[in-house]
This record gives sequence, C-alpha cells and structure tokens, in this order.
Amino acid sequence: MTVAVIDYGMGNLRSVTKALEHVTTAPVRLTSDPEQIAAAERVVFPGQGAARDCMRAIDDHGLRDSIVAAAREKPFLGICMGMQVLVEHSEENGGTDCLGLFPGAVRYFGDDLRDDNGQRLKVPHMGWNTVHQTRAHPLWAGIDNDSRFYFVHSYYLETESPDLEIGHCHYGRGFTCAIARDNVFALQCHPEKSADAGLRLLENFVNWNGQT
Amino acid sequence: MGLARRIIPCLDVDNGRVVKGVRFVEIRDAGDPVENARRYNEEGADELTFLDITATSDNRDTMVHLVEAVASEVFIPLTVGGGIREIADIRRMLNAGADKVGINSAAVFNPDFVKQAADRFGSQCIVVAVDAKRVSGEDEPPRWEIFTHGGRKGTGIDALEWVESMDAYGAGEILLTSMDRDGTKAGFDLELTRRVSDAVKVPVIASGGVGSLEHMAEGVLEGHADAVLAASIFHFGEYRIGEVKRYMRERGIEVRL
Repeated sequence: MTVAVIDYGMGNLRSVTKALEHVTTAPVRLTSDPEQIAAAERVVFPGQGAARDCMRAIDDHGLRDSIVAAAREKPFLGICMGMQVLVEHSEENGGTDCLGLFPGAVRYFGDDLRDDNGQRLKVPHMGWNTVHQTRAHPLWAGIDNDSRFYFVHSYYLETESPDLEIGHCHYGRGFTCAIARDNVFALQCHPEKSADAGLRLLENFVNWNGQT
Repeated sequence: MGLARRIIPCLDVDNGRVVKGVRFVEIRDAGDPVENARRYNEEGADELTFLDITATSDNRDTMVHLVEAVASEVFIPLTVGGGIREIADIRRMLNAGADKVGINSAAVFNPDFVKQAADRFGSQCIVVAVDAKRVSGEDEPPRWEIFTHGGRKGTGIDALEWVESMDAYGAGEILLTSMDRDGTKAGFDLELTRRVSDAVKVPVIASGGVGSLEHMAEGVLEGHADAVLAASIFHFGEYRIGEVKRYMRERGIEVRL
C-alpha cells in the first residue's frame, strides 16, 4: 500500500508527509507524477494559498485529470485548499472556477465578522476550534465529538447539499468544515497540525477502505 | 464553543540550545530544544515558536536540523524566526517542517519582502515580528517605535503605522514584543498590545514580560491579544501550560484543554 501526497507546488507539504509517516509504515510519496498518483492506493490532496493560484498550479502541473480520477475511485483526503477546490466555485481572487466535484461555493468571512456578543473577530480564522461531527464516519473513529482542530483560512465552504457535510464549525457564523461522500473525505482544518486528534484522523485515513 | 486563545511557548535558540535572556542581554541555558518541544506538546501547547537569537549562517544550519527533528515528532504549528532575510531562507525552513516563519529586521529594511513572501508562500505562513519600545515621555501621549537587531537599533518608525502597513502587505499574523517588558516579568505592555490588536485585521500574538498567570489573562482580556507567548516562565518550570490554560478558563477565556 502506498499513500501519494499530491505536490503541485502549493505551500508546505512537508508537514502532511511527516504526519502521515508518523502514523503508517506504508510508503508515503510526495509526488506530482500522474502515474504515481494513479498507482497509489490512497491519495492526499493538501493545499495552501489562494484559490486561483491553486487551480492554475493544478493545471500547470497537468494534474487535473489525476486528481479527479483519484477522487472518483480511491480513498481520497482533501485538506484545507485541497477541500475548497473540490467544489464548484470560490469567490476568492474575484471569482475562481474550481474542480466542481461537489456542489458548493467558497465564500469570504468578510471584514466585519463578529461573535455572538458583537466583538470583532480576526480574519484569517487562525487557531484551534471545535469540530462538530454531524454524522458518524470511519475517519472520526476514536475522536471525541467537538474535539479541537487547527484552522487557518479566510474563506469557508458553503454547500446546499446537507448530506455532504460531515463536520461543522462556528466562527462568527456556522460553516461546513468537513465534507464526505463515498470514497472522499475533505476538511478545512489541518489534521497534520492538530496533535492527537489530527494524527488519529490521518491514521484512520490510511486504514480506510473508502467505504462508509 | 468557539476559537480558543492560543498559548505559545517560545524557545530562544543559540547554537542548538534553548536559552533565555533578560531584556535580550543576560543569557541562561534552558535545555535541549527537541526535549522542550516534546514536553510542551504533551502539556498542551497550541503552537511552538523557535527564535534563532544569533542568526549566523552556522547557526542557521543548526536551526534547520532542529526544525526537522521537532517536526518529525511534534504535530502542532511551528514558527521559526531569526535571520529570515530571503525567500530562500523561508523555503528552507518550510521544507524542514516549519509552518510559519517570523520576519523581523528584513521587513524593516525591505517591506516588499513581506509582500513577496506572502505572494509566494501564502499569508498564513508569514508572521511579522515587531519589537516595539515606548519612546514618549511620561507626560506625552504614548508612542512606540520599532527596533531591530534584537532591540538594539531604533528605526524612527511608529509601531502602530508599521503594523497597519504590514497587515496591508500580507502579513498573516503579528508577533508583538514589548522591548520595555521583555524578560522583566512585569507583564505585557497592555496599552501597546491593545492598540496594535485593534489596529490590524490579522491575529496578534502578545509577547514580552509575562511573569504570572494573571499577566497571561490580561494579555487577552485587556490587550485583546489572540495568542500569548512566553518563554522563561515555562522553561524554568514556574508554570505548566495546563495550569495557565485552567487559570485562563476560570477568567472566562476560551482555551483548548
């Protein structure tokens, strides 16, 4: 069994690789080679930075078809921008078309985000927030509901397809912080930086057969 | 439940060892960085910051190895600062496993560096570290200036104007150190912290002066800081991270426990 971590030049992928190596003895390959991605049994799709740069980097590396194929056929984990670009559209950079694998849009938190008491909230949403597990899933196994995970993002995912949501978070507003359908699980927060809860999720992923 | 305020132990590193100076001068040895990092992670630190206090090229290689070693076994966000001057320095630290880099003097010499770094790597990994010192007299309205070279060189730049411009240049976070308070254990400069935090849209980490649990809570409640950073109170075991968090929760601050 090998785990491919898709490298398309967007951000710091070293952390993801190191965390995966910590939870599995299986080879973890950081790769931008479509053949290696196709050959891997599990695929992790991380990402940082802006939506348009991300989409451009995916195409510059000729990886669009590999990513779409992996998301259709094998255990697939999207992280952060690797979740956002799975939906149809992001309003970042004046509007960016994404991969469109799932219904949904990515929206900006806004410059006047406030908590329930009217206090101004900083953007990006940075730090440890609680993740509410809206449904059971093999990747949540052994992780207490409402555990804290590490987030850093200024845009959030909005989907009108309620069955897609698997995790919910609150920062000035409620938003979908994790989605799952069939063999795909994707989350806004960073499991590779979320201490024990995050490591458990990654361990669950490398042991997951893609069934729910 | 919402976002937790972060508690960040800072490890000042000199030639591969953790040290802590008082007002950036007197240096005491506080141990092995990897062991310190592991212990803080087990105690529930929300992030770790490593500061290369000498930032010579030899020391930089030591820092890269240190970051690699820590990042292989500690899975919380790691920030590395000290001597980050070029895009290549940032890439090297990120490749070693750092999640964020702190830019201090290089931002002052060339503010565009912050913009380039944010464009290249994303704002989320660019922390602008600001060393500020009160320069106004007793009976004047408060004014702070930024200093470089570990607080030794004044720049004449107003601290509040500076943080606003760094926010606009793409800083993802501001690490604010009061040079008047650093190492004194007299508490944060709360007025400075509040003004900076209220002036920028990005999170602010308060640093410099923590000597008690009360100080940590004040940084959030009165200083409006999103995160609080401390070094010596943790290194010498005066307080444990969990103890700080339990105290802050008693004071009504949301923390990760």
